[in-house]
Order: sequence, then C-alpha cells, then structure tokens
Amino acid sequence: MALDKPYLDIPGTTIFDAEQSRMGYHLNQFCVSLMKPENRERFRAYERAYLDEWPMTEAQKQAVLDRDLNRCIQLGGNIYFLARIGATDGKSFQQMAGSMTGMTEEEYRNMMLHGGRSVEGNRYLGEDGDAQPQHQPQGSAGKQGKAGKK
Amino acid sequence: MAKIVGAINTTHVPLIGRAIHQHLEHDPYWKPFFDGFPPVRDWLDKVKPDIAVMVYNDHGLNFFLDKMPTFAIGAAPEYVSLDEGWGIPTVPSFKGDLDLSWHMIESLVDDEFDITTCQEMAVDHAFTLPLKLLYPNDSQWPVRTVPVCINTVQFPLPTVNRCYKFGQAIGRAIESWESEARVVVIGTGGLSHQLDGKRAGFINKEFDLMFMERLVTDPLWITRFSIEDIVEQTGTQGVELLNWVIARSALQGDVVKLHSNYHIPISNTAAGLMLLESV
Repeated sequence: MALDKPYLDIPGTTIFDAEQSRMGYHLNQFCVSLMKPENRERFRAYERAYLDEWPMTEAQKQAVLDRDLNRCIQLGGNIYFLARIGATDGKSFQQMAGSMTGMTEEEYRNMMLHGGRSVEGNRYLGEDGDAQPQHQPQGSAGKQGKAGKK
Repeated sequence: MAKIVGAINTTHVPLIGRAIHQHLEHDPYWKPFFDGFPPVRDWLDKVKPDIAVMVYNDHGLNFFLDKMPTFAIGAAPEYVSLDEGWGIPTVPSFKGDLDLSWHMIESLVDDEFDITTCQEMAVDHAFTLPLKLLYPNDSQWPVRTVPVCINTVQFPLPTVNRCYKFGQAIGRAIESWESEARVVVIGTGGLSHQLDGKRAGFINKEFDLMFMERLVTDPLWITRFSIEDIVEQTGTQGVELLNWVIARSALQGDVVKLHSNYHIPISNTAAGLMLLESV
C-alpha cells in the first residue's frame, strides 16, 4: 500500500514514519543497546566489531562510523535513539543537532540563543529560508563554499 | 469521588537533569527557565495533590520500536528511573497507585480507548524531570503516580482530536473513582523544537504562544491541525504538545490560567510551563 505523505514538503526534515522505522529497525536497536554502560565500553573499544553484531546494512554501519547523523536519519535512524551514539561520544543534544546543519557548534549555539531558527522561509520547500536545500551547508561553511571552489 | 485539582504542562528537555544536578538554577542561561517554577510549587504546596497522573512520551527507555503502543498506562506498584545512556543522574523510584491505575484502565477501555497496560514500567526523563522540577527539595516523592505514555515517536501518531478525547476520557475516569484522593494531571514535553536534519533548531514562538493561549480559551483550536501541520509549525519533536493537549482536556469545562512561563532556548527547545485550574 502506498502511504500518503503530505509531510514530504517540509524542508530539511525527515518524518520517522513506517517506512523509516522498517528500514532503521536494527540501526535503532544498536543505538538503544548503548544505554548499557558495558555496551558503551565495548562499542568504544572496537566500533566495527560491535556494529557487526547487528544485522545492519553496510551503509548504516558506515554512517555510524562516520558519525554522519543526517545519513543515519536518511537510513532509518531516529534522533531519540541516535542520540545514544552522541552521548557515548560525550556530545550534547545541542552538539548533535547542530552537527546536522553544517554550522559550527558556536554558530548553532548562537542561533539558539537568539531565538532559534526562524519560521520564515522554513515551513515548505520552495521558500527561501536557511533550512532550504539551496542554502546548504549553513553558517560559515556555506559562505566559504560560495567564495571558493563551489 | 476523586478530585482533579488542576493541570500542569511543562517541558522535559534532558539537559534540565544535568542543570539540576549541577545546581545551575541561578546561572544566567538557566535562570529564566527555573524562575518559572516557584509559583507552581507554591500552588502544589497549597492544594497538596496525593497523586500525579503523568502524560508523557518515552524516548526508548521503556518502549522501543519492538513494541510501540499508541496509548499505554502503568499499573505497577513502583516505577523505576534508569540510566538512559545520556548521563542524566537517576532519581528515586516513584510509588504507583494501583487502584487508580486499574480504575483508569477499566474506565478508558469502557470508553473505547484500547490501551496497553503495563505492570512493570521504567520511566524516563519525560516523567522524572517534571516531578523533580516541581518537587526539588523532597527526599521522598510526596505524590503517588500513574504514568500515561503517548507515542509521539513513530508515525502514525494519534491525531490531535483523538488525544483531546483521550484527555477528556482520562478526566472522566479520575472523577468517577471512588476515593477522596486529590489528583493533578501533568503533561510534559514541547514546545516547538526540532532535533534533526537541516532544519534542526527550528522554533516557532508565535505558534507556541498562540497554542498556550488557546489551550485556556479555546482548546479545540489545536484539533484543527493535522500531525503534519504540527510538525511543519513546531518541528519534528514539537508534536510532544499532544501531551499538553491531553492534560488540558482532562479538566472538564472552562479553566483559568494561574501561571505560565515561556523561554527560548533550553538546549534546542522552546521551554513552556502552564498551570491550569478548572473554574
């Protein structure tokens, strides 16, 4: 059955729906295993071997090794569960969330201190806000890209 | 019959746990948030509820994707706080109230809400932090608890209208319980926030404040929005406002707002607080 997905037009946003949940089941299961201190230790000691204990796809394992949270989410991860990877690395929720935007930690923190990301231009695809595909990556990384080779 | 003394809605951001642990209440970053709570604590001290019905969403501690109930109710003698894997100190266990739990379960199923019952249940920061914020100095929790857990994680989520009706049914259940107990209903989570993707950090102050206002004056207003609309307006995790809707609609009839606070940001989140009483 095809699912009706009226939410696909929200920029920079993946909804954790049935399709994502099916795809990401083992990835998310690996993540919640990190709630146990002994598992965090084992993962830290030898990440690849620990990942190989889970029936995840190679792409999912690589995304975890790369700490590429956007890719993890694309491959079915849910941030509530993925956050256990960041916590294992000693990263805060804010550092994790910020890492997905391309902004530096400081840029993202400043954005939050100044009221967060604006609603304007960021509700639907086709608008002109900073979360829109045409404005990636965000922050100084995007400015360097425009000035340099990109 | 039992009496519902009021409803409290508050944010449950995990970082609050660390701030409490490190005594950062007067730190400039945290002060505007923590300053919201004394009036609610004074009110609790005055009305002295015996039981808190906690409406919240679990983040992978008690429920994972292997079993994901839309609505679940705890019916355990005790609810434990466990390591969630992100460094929040655990808190002492919470006493349950089996009589109210089972009365609510029977009443809600009779009211055609087919809920999941849990005779063992661990409770995460969405349950523990609001109670720690409301009872910061108590060495033992002064209230017994009934957890009501809502799926705000895996789509499809319950519609706003369904949550509104669920809250009304919870209100009817509590008020039909033969007991002298005084009950407070506490909704946790929100307000606008998005933790993932290129739109991470999304905040919608205008919508949040409208939501808080309408929760008092016109609670059906929010039921006009689909879940997709709410994600669009408040971020992927802003859907936690469903817990607020349920706590509000557990109060029958008109309500009065006794206190509220709203502050941006706590971590990635717009933090809200509301205290409501039936008129």
